[in-house]
Amino acid sequence: MADNPQKPVASTRPLSPHLTIYRWPVTMATSITHRATGVGLSVGAVILAWWLVSISNGPEGWQSFHALSDTPIGLLVVFGLTWSLVYHFLNGIRHLAWDLGYGFEKNLAERNSMMILVGSVVIAVALFALAWTGHGGYLR
Amino acid sequence: MNSAETPLHKVRGMGSAHSGTGHFWHERVTSVALIPLSLWFGYAMLGLAGTSEVTALQFLTHPWNAILMGAFVVFSLWHAYLGLQVVVDDYIHTAGSKIFLMLTIRFSVIAVTATCLFAIVRIAIG
Ligand code: HEM
Repeated sequence: MADNPQKPVASTRPLSPHLTIYRWPVTMATSITHRATGVGLSVGAVILAWWLVSISNGPEGWQSFHALSDTPIGLLVVFGLTWSLVYHFLNGIRHLAWDLGYGFEKNLAERNSMMILVGSVVIAVALFALAWTGHGGYLR
Repeated sequence: MNSAETPLHKVRGMGSAHSGTGHFWHERVTSVALIPLSLWFGYAMLGLAGTSEVTALQFLTHPWNAILMGAFVVFSLWHAYLGLQVVVDDYIHTAGSKIFLMLTIRFSVIAVTATCLFAIVRIAIG
């Protein structure tokens, strides 16, 4: 195998650009968050599998799942996955718009970055609030 | 420059990935499919929140719900498989670790998908 071309040769010359000294634009934050939520949701798929298997095991299976998911830590995980899906969904649609060539104007991209960050938290909290105030469970 | 190769032939070589734009395209197709499927999934999860042990079972016994849950699982995991490959490609630069992680992802995705589908069928046929 050839040497890794990206491996820097020991050098005393200053590096440019100095990535670490740039102010973080909000678009960088939304970009890495898309990746983080994508990986998080992939792990969440294992929980989805576990949930489906527990349901297929009948009432006791369902109870064994909820004995864990209804704990504070379980609820935190469920909230994390809810927010991740909402965020990844909203930002994913923006990604698709970019792929079609829309939405690259700097001010627009910065504005909807903030909207997606704040909006995803608001929607995730609203979904939990709906469930807690008894507005969920309509499939009963 | 002075190549006798036609542009089409160059394209058929499909670049350094050897698979052309297939990966990119499948990632977009699965993303588009996941938009309605996630809305349905969210509707289902909120509708099951706070219900007792039989509601989810009965819900998934309905053929449409079983099919939609199956579709959500397949598209999510296919999409996640493609996405996780990109993450590994970006951060892992040694051949050994890369092959190991790619295979781990591949086997895990297949195992999780198969488990979900088996459970869905088991629920649906009672
Ligand atoms: C809700 C609908 C969804 C949409 C619209 C969507 C959209 C996207 C798009 C457009 C990308 C590519 C981003 C890029 O070009 O860098 C992406 C990446 C990714 N998605 Fe999704 N996605 C959705 C749901 C999911 C789900 C359910 C999972 C996990 C089970 C997931 C896991 C991932 C992963 C791991 C990546 C790779 C992240 C990266 O390369 O940085 N996505 N998604």
